[in-house]
Amino acid sequence: MTAATVPPSARATVHASRPGRHSRAARRNGRLLSLLAWACGTLFLLPFAWMVLTSLHSEPAAATNPPSFTAPLTLQGYREFFGAGTGVSPWPPLINSLTASVGSTLLVLVLAIPAAYALSIRPVRKWTDVMFFFLSTKMLPAVAALLPLYLIAQHAGLLDNIWLLVVLYTSMNLPIAVWMMRSFLSEVPKEILEAASIDGAGLLTTLVRIVAPVAAPGIAATALISFIFSWNELLFAQVLTGVVAGTAPVFLTGFVTSEGLFLAKLCAAAVCVSLPVLAAGFAAQDKLVQGLSLGAVK
Amino acid sequence: MSTPSITRTARVPRARRSGAPAESGRQRGAWARRAPLLPALIFMIVVTQLPFVGTLVISFMRWNALDPDDVGFGGLTNYTNAFRDPALRSAILTTVELTVTVVLVSLVLGLGLALLLDRRFLGRGIVRTMLITPFLIVPVASALLWKDAIYNASFGLVDGLLSWVWKLFGSTHPPQPDLLTSFPLASVEASLVWQWTPFMMLILLAGLQSRPTDVVEAARVDGAGTWQVFRYLTFPHLRRYLELAALLGSIYVVQNFDAVFTLTSGGLGTANLPYAVYQTFYAGHDYGEASAEGVIVVVLSLAIATFALRTVSSLFREESLS
Repeated sequence: MTAATVPPSARATVHASRPGRHSRAARRNGRLLSLLAWACGTLFLLPFAWMVLTSLHSEPAAATNPPSFTAPLTLQGYREFFGAGTGVSPWPPLINSLTASVGSTLLVLVLAIPAAYALSIRPVRKWTDVMFFFLSTKMLPAVAALLPLYLIAQHAGLLDNIWLLVVLYTSMNLPIAVWMMRSFLSEVPKEILEAASIDGAGLLTTLVRIVAPVAAPGIAATALISFIFSWNELLFAQVLTGVVAGTAPVFLTGFVTSEGLFLAKLCAAAVCVSLPVLAAGFAAQDKLVQGLSLGAVK
Repeated sequence: MSTPSITRTARVPRARRSGAPAESGRQRGAWARRAPLLPALIFMIVVTQLPFVGTLVISFMRWNALDPDDVGFGGLTNYTNAFRDPALRSAILTTVELTVTVVLVSLVLGLGLALLLDRRFLGRGIVRTMLITPFLIVPVASALLWKDAIYNASFGLVDGLLSWVWKLFGSTHPPQPDLLTSFPLASVEASLVWQWTPFMMLILLAGLQSRPTDVVEAARVDGAGTWQVFRYLTFPHLRRYLELAALLGSIYVVQNFDAVFTLTSGGLGTANLPYAVYQTFYAGHDYGEASAEGVIVVVLSLAIATFALRTVSSLFREESLS
């Protein structure tokens, strides 16, 4: 608007002269800001880098003060994490975490995709109320439902059962998934859906053959976020599982009281347990924002 | 493809309007619309709302698992006991302090980082990946990392670096603070700020990148400086993203359990409400009082949630306008 009042020729000169006038100062500022960004990135990565480095040291080298940056690297910590010598295998908790995360993610998708379809492509009346109901469940702290869930599980004989976590993690991630999926499905072109309905496609056919392929990247992102949150969850797992169904985070809490006696092993454990989430998160960086801001920010 | 489909859909309602079958057809249509929504809706009500009703009921009951013969209606005793308990009052204060500090500090840092990353420079993608790493590490793992590899008074990174620097200057008596013991709450907060700053940065970066560039360019042509552009264009545009980031962050930080449980086990005045509920229930076996505390957490969260919903509905309004 304001720019339009400037005659085209004047604008051209402004643009042309700007690099000339400011170039040296601007370039120096730019280089300083880039350097600052790199420094901040390094600073934030430092604790993680320290964790990786420590995990690759021997126990004596890990527990030195001042720290040793040049101690020889070894995989001893990882070998001990995977049970060598101690006899405690991390595989059952890792498999439990995988079962809970993958199981609940599949259930989330089965429930969220039709719901998002009903909320975006052929919106039901009062769809915003339904959206807010889903969101409001996210704002109820988990501790507020913990005790009845514990008592019900106890009476139903479901304590220390991984399928209980599958159900609870589904309820934890379903609201986010519905919000994300709605924003992804809103982007499916209406023309394709109209054509499908004229060709006589039912709901299931429309979802599987038309909506799913178009919204595939969105579905993948939703699945990844649901996976990450399930994998990271501690409170429910800590209270509702025990010997058999303990997940990887619960297994990690076993290190809480060891007072860093096995620092290298502890760091190896932390790296191993975080690895699936790091991989998923790096793969879906952009979509992460949309999911975390509940699909409201594009 | 599209032209015939438009004419054909346009014809369908006209054909239906002619008689009684249209009514039942529309009703069937309404149910066909609702049906895909129902499984998710019913699932959420059963798994989240019913247990909360259970919590509400138990919160008015006398029920300690260690004394199973004395179970009955207790009126408001659980609530009065909860509020009379100095531990719970301190947990409320701790929760407020923890949430406000972590959210504000990580919001400010996140804004700075988002502004730094909102420019093209060599390796921007790498720096962004480095910055989001803390958010992706399993929370228990990151709490353990801070507790044992960073804060530990004998061989943690902080004291280790102090020794290293002092040694460079030939001193054998470096300061060796035991951070987790001397500043327990600040230590918990620092680790949470590390974890949540990337989250704030991601949302604010999305906000910055959705900023219309032509307006900024126009302002620059009109001679606006960097600060003026930030103050009068960028900041107003970012306001809603700042609110959203703060509110979502608050919802998650209020509920934080992992860091408090792992770093200090609630000791040294760091027990927040979720940890207090956990302890009343898990260690104290007082189901009634744990439920009352759970209800108190919900009431506090509702205060935040009300603001959150208002923010989100303003986003909705914007979406339906555009």
